[in-house]
Amino acid sequence: MTGTLTVQNLSVVYGGVKPLTDVSLTFERDVCGLVGPNGAGKTTFFNVLSGFAVAASGTLDFDGTDLLAMNAAKRARWGLRRTFQQEQVIQSLSAWDNIRLTAEHTGGGRSAVDDAVAFVGLEAVDRPGSALSMLERRLVEIAKTVCGSPQLVLLDEPGAGLDQGETERLVGLIRRIPGEFGALVILVDHDMDLVSTVCGTTAVLDFGQVIAVGPTAKVLASAEVRKAYLGTADVEAGA
Amino acid sequence: MTVLQRSSRVALWNPRKLFSPRTIVLIVVLAAWFVVGPSLLGAYWTRILTVSTVFAIAAAGIALLYGRLGLVSLGQVSLIGVGGWITLRVGHLGLPFELALVVAAVGTGIIGVLVGLPALRLSGLNLAIVTLMLAGAFEVVFTVTGFPNGGDGFLGRAQGGVLQQPLARPVLGTSDPEYFRYVLVVAVLMFLVIGLHLSNRPGRAWAAIRQSEAGALAAGIGTVRYRLWALAVVSATTGVAGGLLAGNAGLLDPISFKASASILLFATVLIGGAFSLLGAAIAGFLSQGLPPLLDAWGVPGNLIFVLLGLGMIQAITTAPQGIAGQLKGLVLRIGRAITSRRTR
Repeated sequence: MTGTLTVQNLSVVYGGVKPLTDVSLTFERDVCGLVGPNGAGKTTFFNVLSGFAVAASGTLDFDGTDLLAMNAAKRARWGLRRTFQQEQVIQSLSAWDNIRLTAEHTGGGRSAVDDAVAFVGLEAVDRPGSALSMLERRLVEIAKTVCGSPQLVLLDEPGAGLDQGETERLVGLIRRIPGEFGALVILVDHDMDLVSTVCGTTAVLDFGQVIAVGPTAKVLASAEVRKAYLGTADVEAGA
Repeated sequence: MTVLQRSSRVALWNPRKLFSPRTIVLIVVLAAWFVVGPSLLGAYWTRILTVSTVFAIAAAGIALLYGRLGLVSLGQVSLIGVGGWITLRVGHLGLPFELALVVAAVGTGIIGVLVGLPALRLSGLNLAIVTLMLAGAFEVVFTVTGFPNGGDGFLGRAQGGVLQQPLARPVLGTSDPEYFRYVLVVAVLMFLVIGLHLSNRPGRAWAAIRQSEAGALAAGIGTVRYRLWALAVVSATTGVAGGLLAGNAGLLDPISFKASASILLFATVLIGGAFSLLGAAIAGFLSQGLPPLLDAWGVPGNLIFVLLGLGMIQAITTAPQGIAGQLKGLVLRIGRAITSRRTR
C-alpha cells in the first residue's frame, strides 16, 4: 500500500518569477502523472518536493511527515528518491557501485542492491558507468530509486532518449514499483501515451498552476488541458 | 571525456581483489625495492629517491582532490611545510619520531580543514586562486617564523650564538639506506590510507559529488561532511610527508615551501596521472628526481620548468590520464598481444 502525498497552497518564488503558484493537490495511489507544457513548473515541483528549491509558502505532507522540515539529503534518507532529466550515472564507478552509493546512504545493505539489480534485470553490473548503454543507464537510475525502502519516487522523464521497445520495458518496471516496494511514484513526462498507460491519477500544470487533476483519461480529454497544450485556435478549429 | 572519466576508477585495494595477481606483483616489486633499492641506487640517488617518495605522498593527496573530487589545490606544498614544522617542534620536545609524525598528521589535518573551508563553496579556477593565495600567505609566515631548530620558545628557534640542532632521525632509520626504507614503508601506509578511502564508501561519495552536487544530495549523501573528510585525509597524509621531510635532514628551510613549488607539484601530478596512485608515485619522482637527473645529464636544472610545461601540454592534449594511464595502456596491449599469440 502506497502513502499519500498532500500538497497545500505550495508556492515557489525566484525573484520576480513565480514558477509555482498556490499548488494544491493530492497524489494517493500507485503511479501518478504530472504533465504540462514546457515551463509549466513540473521540474520546479519536483525540486521543491526533493529539497532543491525552497517553498515560499504552503505545506508538503506525506502520511503525516512534513517534507519541508528536512533538507535534500535527509529527505533521501527518509525515503524520497528522484531521477533527473539528465541521467546521473557516475562514469567512473561500476553500475553496481552506482546503485550501492544510494543504498549505503539511505540505509540499504548489499541485499537491497542485489534486489534492485534483479528488479531492473541489469546484467554485468561490474562494468563502469561509461560503458553502459542509454537503456542501461536509465535502468541504473530506476534501480537507485528502489533501494533502501523508498516511500516516494519522483521520475523526471525517465524514458528520455529511449526507443519504443526500451520505453516499454521501462514502463513495465515503473508500474511494478508501487506493488513491490510500496512507494508512491510520480511521473513527469511529455509522452502522453506513456502517461495514459501508466498513471491512474494525473495532474496538469500550466504557468505554475494546477489546471486539472483527476483520473488520467478524463483529465487528458478535458477541453482546458487541450487548450493549454495546443493553444486556443487549434481547439476552436477542431471543435 | 569518457576515457578520462573511466580512468578515475581507482580500484586499488578492493577487499575482494586483495589477493589478485596485480596485488601480488605490486607487493613483490615493493619488497624488492625495499631490499635492494638503496644498494642499486647508490648513496646519492638513495637520498634523492627518499625525497621523491616523500613528495609522492603529497602528490597522492593532490590526485585524490583533483581526480576524485575535481578540486584544484595549489597549496599542498605549504601543508608539507606545516607538517614539517609540527614534527620539528614536537620532536625537539623529546617525543619519539613516530609520535611526532602522528601529531603532525592530526595537526596538519586540522589546519588543512580550516584553511580548506573555502573549498566547500568554491571550485575550479576560483578555488585554485584562493589556495594559491593561501600558499603565498604560508610562504610569508614560514619566512618570518622559520622552522624549529632546537631553540627555546614557541617557535623553537636557536638565535644568536646558540648552535642550531638538527632533529635526530628515527631509531629505525638513522643511516640513509635505512631512512629510505623507513620512508618507503610510511609512504606505502599513506597510499593504503588513500587507496582504501578511494575504493570504499568515501571514494564513491566523492565521485558522486564530483559528478553532480544535486545527484549526490539526492542519493542521501551529506556533501559537506564528505568534502571536509576529503580535506582532512589529504591534509593529514600531506602532514606526514612533511614530517618525513623534516626527519630526513633534521632541519627545514622556508625556501623549500614557496607557493611556486605547489604549482610545480600540481603540474607533475597532471603529467604523472591524477587518476591513479601510480601517477602520484611518478609525480613524486618528476618533482624531486627529475631536476638532479637533468643535472647528471649536464642539462641546466632550470629547464625543468620548460620540460614540465611541455609535459603538461602533452598530458592535457593527448594523455589526460598522464604517464600512469599510458603505462597501463601499454601493459594491457602487451598482455593482449601475448594472449592472442597463445590462442593462435
